[in-house]
Formats: sequence, structure tokens, C-alpha cells
Amino acid sequence: MVAVAAPRQLPRLFQHKKSLIFAAIVVAWLVLWLVFRNVGTLALGAADLTPLHRWINGVNDAVGASRNSNPVFLYFFNEIRLVIDEFVTFIQALIAQPSFGRPVPVIGWLGVVAIAGFVSLAVAGWRVALLTVAGFVFLGLQGLWQESMDTLSLTLAAVVISLLAGIPLGIWAGLSDRANRVLTPVLDFMQTMPTFVYLAPLTLFFLIGPASATIATLIYAAPPAIRITAHAIRSVPRNTVEASESLGATRNQTLVKVLLPSARKTIVLGVNQTIMAALAMVTIAALIDAPGLGKTVVKALQTLDVGTAFNAGLAIVVLAIVLDRVTTAAAGERRKLPRWALFGGLGVTGVCVYLSHTYLWAAEFQSDVEIGSSINKGATAVTEWAQDSLPVLTGGFKDFVTFALINPLQALLAESPWFLVALVVVALSFMVGGVRSAIVSAVCIALLIATGLWQDSMITLASTLVATILVMLLGIVVGVWMGRSRRADRFIRPVLDAAQVMPAFVYLVPFLALFSASRFTAIIAAVVFAAPVAIKIIADGIRAVSPATVEASTALGSSSWQTIVKVQLPMARGALTLAANQGLIYVLSMVVVGGLVGAGALGYDVVAGFSQGQLYGKGLAAGLAIVVLGVMLDRLTQAAAKRWTN
Amino acid sequence: MARHSVLGAVLVGALALAGCGGAKVGDTSSGATGDCGTFNLAINPWVGYEANAAVLAYVAEKELKCKVTKKELKEEVAWQGFGTGEVDAVVENWGHDDLRKKYVDEQKTAVSAGSTGVKGQIGWYVPPWLAKEHPDILDWNNLNKYADKFKTSESGDKGQLLDGDPSFVTNDEALVKNLNLNYKVVYGGSETALIQAFRQAEKDKKWVIGYFYSPQWLLNEIKLEKVKLPAYTPGCDADAEKIACDYPDYDLDKLVSKKFADANGPAFQLVKNFKWTNEDQNTVAKYIAEDKMKPEDAAKKWAEANADKVKAWLPKA
Repeated sequence: MVAVAAPRQLPRLFQHKKSLIFAAIVVAWLVLWLVFRNVGTLALGAADLTPLHRWINGVNDAVGASRNSNPVFLYFFNEIRLVIDEFVTFIQALIAQPSFGRPVPVIGWLGVVAIAGFVSLAVAGWRVALLTVAGFVFLGLQGLWQESMDTLSLTLAAVVISLLAGIPLGIWAGLSDRANRVLTPVLDFMQTMPTFVYLAPLTLFFLIGPASATIATLIYAAPPAIRITAHAIRSVPRNTVEASESLGATRNQTLVKVLLPSARKTIVLGVNQTIMAALAMVTIAALIDAPGLGKTVVKALQTLDVGTAFNAGLAIVVLAIVLDRVTTAAAGERRKLPRWALFGGLGVTGVCVYLSHTYLWAAEFQSDVEIGSSINKGATAVTEWAQDSLPVLTGGFKDFVTFALINPLQALLAESPWFLVALVVVALSFMVGGVRSAIVSAVCIALLIATGLWQDSMITLASTLVATILVMLLGIVVGVWMGRSRRADRFIRPVLDAAQVMPAFVYLVPFLALFSASRFTAIIAAVVFAAPVAIKIIADGIRAVSPATVEASTALGSSSWQTIVKVQLPMARGALTLAANQGLIYVLSMVVVGGLVGAGALGYDVVAGFSQGQLYGKGLAAGLAIVVLGVMLDRLTQAAAKRWTN
Repeated sequence: MARHSVLGAVLVGALALAGCGGAKVGDTSSGATGDCGTFNLAINPWVGYEANAAVLAYVAEKELKCKVTKKELKEEVAWQGFGTGEVDAVVENWGHDDLRKKYVDEQKTAVSAGSTGVKGQIGWYVPPWLAKEHPDILDWNNLNKYADKFKTSESGDKGQLLDGDPSFVTNDEALVKNLNLNYKVVYGGSETALIQAFRQAEKDKKWVIGYFYSPQWLLNEIKLEKVKLPAYTPGCDADAEKIACDYPDYDLDKLVSKKFADANGPAFQLVKNFKWTNEDQNTVAKYIAEDKMKPEDAAKKWAEANADKVKAWLPKA
């Protein structure tokens, strides 16, 4: 019972001493900050460049100038582009675009709905199949059938290529420690480097068209597949593998017969994450002419038409939820369909495909019961109401958080001399994770200084930390609620899914009205995107606490509050640290979006670099700074997590 | 047994449905393309540009029977497309001396195709209510007097000058410094941020001053007033750090790829001849932004009402 009430306490004295040193460091920082304020902050004006930035500009220009003569372009990139272009265009010809001299795609809406329903039925069961059919018909009713199919084509292409490359790489990283060490930083880079930085160069390498859009998507979407596959392979119990080896199995046999089957479920979750990541890129890829729903969103926002943008955003959410539920169910128990259902389904699907190939009514979604315009009107009305009646409240809240939290933290980080911040960070890293962590942090800080964007990095860091704190607060409150109540979970989860894939700019328009162009708006946008991840992780962690322990605590007369604080949260601390880590990374991935709504600093540098040639180098350097911040915070939280959970 | 009958019923039902028929795919054929060939038109992401492009595309398709491929791209990417042969024309360009130098002078993949006839203006704007209640604010000399009113959570103890879309050159930091203004440039980061700020400022009588430009569809809705800065004289913006004068007026022009110009086809002729006025563009932009018409429909409406102007753009046979 004692162990239940107070799980694994660290030695008291040790903990006490640590917090003293901690406090001492912070106090020393504050004092020195007063002395050295605004000295050595390494500030750089919005239009100013460093030699590094100019050098990157030069490289970029040189690459562009040699595009048509360089053999690497002619024989390497062009070949890759051709293959991917062909692949995407082929899928589009099947389901999205007029093709083969016909005014409609090969398979019309009825056929696509039937195929999607049948596949869901086969891998995920009746309920999910119904959801799929309803979801796809909904897309048509929204008046966005063709756009949705374009988006689906591009997503499928990006996901297939991600998996073709990602699963073998993941297996490799799962089997070899060395491969894992090499791949991890590369994957960090791919996931945290802002897309804006490589969007323009991509079109230089792979031209404007489906290939560039697909590659932009898969750079962001492939890492989860690789990471989760590697993790799955590593988590197969050692003794299972040893048993197989002692029976005389070769490495290949062990891989195919033991490792892959036991890792299957987890690998499917990797596929799921890859799909979600690919859908998150839909709007950004539209900036380089990627076809589909992203274009509708981007276009609507030029005139601040929130209704139209929301309708298209909703279609992305519907696609995401359908694909998520299908893959999640596929990762669960393997199900066997009765033979009659299988053949019956196959037959119906075949007929539907034939019909949709032949008859116009089944090929083009022509609905008289269109609901897109109602959704559009509803969203517009809600937005206008919020913009008209809430700003008084929200403006005050913004000012409060800004003055109480953001400004002091930013002043401390961005107005201290760089050496002081460096010293503090290295000292804290040492306390958290020992010499290794200290070295990592020191290297990261040196890199930040090298980018020439130290002060911008500190401003961004301040906002990132505030956003992460808010994410964790929300994560704990909502996560505990969901973890304790199945019903709450059922209602909240779709909302979380929506928040994760709804293109940020759809809700940024009303946010701008509520909170003005400010750092706070950027922080709120980051919270909307990052909180769902933290909430889900914490909810799962709370639920994983064994019911017997919770019951024992209740039986001893603990109140709900006591049970949560003394039992469930401490026992879910693995999940809490994971949530903090993921929350941070997700917040960082919104830095650039923040730059579009008033966050300034690194986010704005990246956006400006994408928009103006002479700022390209600076934008790239800012992208690198975001990656470096990400790596530093990631390693620090991981080290802290290790210390805390062991 | 039961399962067989289910299967059978489904199949019979489906076939019956098929028998009902309806129009078959391929019953109607689409229009053929003429000798114009394909015309790759970049669409940069703002409504004024869209207006130019929509009208050009409409005329090219209707009168010249071209197959127009619209490519939605940011400026940087669109210019890059001149070299890779994927973009034929950019039909509203705001200065962009850096791009001009790179693609026209150095890489020689782009050439100018003349003015669009639209005049562009960049500057500092305030909402109309403010200009009405405090007319002297329209002179930069009086800006410091009102600096306190423009304070926000982002500008500290100074007034906030809101900057927006980084796609355009801004000299605002230098201007604030060199004109000794007690303001801080806050980077909104997008056109959306600017528009929302001005809309709200007008509605709730809030104090906002920011970077904006015309022609822009918002000006049809809210007549923002431009603040007078020290007049622009040629060369006053030569040294970026010492700028203390207004932005120049921009003659918005068109750029085409070298290949497209050399081929000298009907589509190129059309782009070269295309010229209209701010008023024309505002009309089409209003159709798109306020009346929520599709760009194609907006272009059609304008072109049908202005047949004589359109006729002047067509290649001489």
C-alpha cells in the first residue's frame, strides 16, 4: 500500500540539494541579467545579413544558373522526377483527373466509394467501412469531390513512396545501432526543418509539378514510418529472438518469421502517422501548385473567405479521420471476413467501378443535396460572431499573458548577453543529464551563434517555452479527464484529430481578429496544433495505470483528486515526459506559421526568406536555427525524462 | 442459402441499376484546341494578380483557342519556372529588382513584356475613421504626437507600426530610425494579418497604422488613407540604411520567359498587348473578392462589358 501511495521516491536529501543548486543558478542569472542587460545580445536587424547568409545566397544562385547544364540535374534529379510524376499522374488519372481522352477519370465517385468501403471492410470491419463510405460521400456532398481525390492521390503517392523507402530503413535502424545513430539526426532534421526553407529549392531540383509536391510531403511524412518501424523491431522481446536463433534460424529467417510478424501492429501505427503527416502538408504544398484541397484553402484565404477555407479544411479532416480509423483498426486484431461477404463485397465493388467508368451519373458527383454552401455559411457566421463579440475579452487575456509570462521570459533570454545564457543552459544541462547533455547543449548553442540569429532564436525560444507550458497544462487537464472517462474520450478524440489536421490558416483568420497580430496569437496557434498530441499521450498513459492500483487507492478512501495527484499522474510519468517532449517538437514545427501572424523572430525570417531572394540565405539559416533548437530541447527533455522515470 | 440470396440480390440490384443507364461517359466531346498550343500562366497569390490572369486566360481560351494551364505559385518559384520552361508568363510584377537582376540580366531566361498599365503604391496607411478625426495624422511630422495611442502588447513603450507580407520590399525599420519616429516595426508576417488589423481598426475605432499597398481589394471595402512621408526623389533609396523618403510608385509590369517571347505565338502577343487601368483591375478584383465570383466568371463578365479593350489586345492577323 505504501508503494501505491508514494511511488519510488528519490532520496530526499539528494533532491533537496539539487533544487538548491537550481535555484542558485536562476538567482545568479537574474542578478547578472540586471547588470548586463542588453549587452552582447547579438541582435540582427530584419533586413541585415551575415556573411554566412550571403554565402548561402551565392550557392543557391549558382545551383539555379547551372540547372540546365549540370549532369547531376540532367541524369539524376530528372529521372527521379519523371518516375514520381508518372506515378502521381497515374493515380490522378485513375480517380481524380480527366484522363485517357475521357472527360472524367477512369473510376468515378461511385467506384471510389465502393473500393474504399470494401478495403475498409476487409481490413477494419463493418463499422469502419460504414464510416468510410459516409466520409467519402460527405466529401462529394461538400462539392469538393475532385479536389479531395487530387489530395488523396498525392497523399497516397507520398505515403507509398515513404513506406517503400521508410520501412526497409526502419528495419535497418531497428537491427543496427550504428544505423540508428546515423539516421536519428537525419530524421530530426527532416521533421523540424521548416518546409518553407526547402520548397523553392525543391522546384529547382524537381521542377514545378506533382513530383516536387510529393517530395515536399514525403520529406515530412517519411520519418514517422522509419522511427516507428525501428522502434517496433527493437521492442520485440529479446528472448523471442534468441529462441529463434537458438533453433538455428538465419538472420533473414528471424527477420521474416519472428521480428516482422511481432512488430506488425506497431509498424501499421507508423503507417498511420505517416498518413497524418502527409495530410498536414496539403496546404503548404499548394504553394508550389500541388493540386487538391490545399489550393482551395490558399485561394479562399486571399480574400479572407473563412467559410470556403473551412469547408475545404473540413474535407481534409474527414479524409484524415477515415484514413486514421481504417489504419488503426487494421493494426488491431486481424479479422477474417466470412467468404460470402468477401465475394459479395468484391462483386458489388466491381459493378460500382464498372458503372462509374461508364455512366456519367456515377462518374461525376452531381448532387442536388449539396451541403458545402451551408457549411460555408455556418462557418462564416460563427467566425463573424466571434470576431464581433469576443475581442474585448480575448484582447485582455492576450495582454495579461503577454505581460505576465511572455515579456519577462523573453527579456531574460533575449536581453541577456549570449555568454550568460550559454552558461546557464550548459549548467542546467549538466545537472539534468550529466556531461553528455552539457556537451550537446554547448554544441547547439555554438551552432545557434553561427547562424547569426542568436537573438531571434532566443525570442522564439521564449515563445516556444510558454506555448509548451500551456500545452502541458491542457494536456494534463484534458488528458486525465479522457483517461478516466471512456465517454469523454469518445467525444473529445475526433475534435483532437480535427485540430491536428485542420490547416492552421483556417483558424488563424479569426484568431488574428481575437488576439491581433502578436506573439500570443502564434502561441495559441501552436497550442491548438500541439496540445492534441500531448492530450492523447497523457490519456493513454493514465488509462494504462493498472485499474487494480486505482481501485486500491479508492478503497483506502482517497478522493478523486487524491487518486489523480498521488497515484495516476505519478504512475503515468513516462507518458508525461513523452508528452512534454512531443509537445515541444510540435510547437517548434509551428514556429513558421507563427511568423505569419506576428511572432516575428525565426518564424518571420523563414517566411521572408521564402518570399525574397536576397533573404533566402537568412531564411535557411533561421530554418537551421529552428532545427538546432529542436535537437537541443529534445535531447534535454529526453535526458530529464530518463532521470525522472528511472 | 441465405448468403447466396443476399449476394444474388445485390448483383441483380446493381445490374438493374446499370440497366437504367443515364448518359454515358464520352457522349459529349470537349472542345478542340487551336494553333495557339499550351500557355503556362503563373498565378501569384493575391487577388489583383488573379484579376489580370483571369482576364488573360479567358481571352486566350475564348479568342485564341489556347490551352491555358494555370500554375499557382509564389513569385520566387514562378520566376524560377522561366528557366525550367514551366512558366511562360508572370502578369503582375511589383518591382522585384533582385529577381529581375537574377533572371533577366544574369540567367537571361526572362524578358520584360511591358507595363500592365496598373500603378502600384506602397506606403503607410491608417483606417478612415482615424484620418477623419485626426486629419493631421496623415502627415508624418505629426506621427510622434500620436505614438502613445498606437502602443500594443508587441511594441513595448513605443507606437506599433504593423508590417505585413514579407513578399514586398520594406524600408520601414530604416524609415522609423531616420525620421526619428518613436515607433517599433512589428512584423505581422502576412497580408491576412494586415487586413484583419485594418478591418477591426475601422469597425471598433482602434488605432492602427501599418504598411499597405494599392491596388488591393480591401480598399474597395475600406478606404484606407495614406500617410504622407518625405517625397520620393530618384536615388533617395539608394542606400538602404539611410532611407528617409517615401516608397516610389511602381509601374506594375509583365515578365515572360525568353523562349515564349522568341516563339512569338498568339499567346505572347496577347500578353504583350495586355494593358488596362487600376479601375479595370479593381472591378474584376471586386467581382472575385467581394461578390465571390469564380475568377473565370469574373473575367467573362468584365470582358463582355469591355469588348473594345479586349479587341485591342488581340494579335493583328
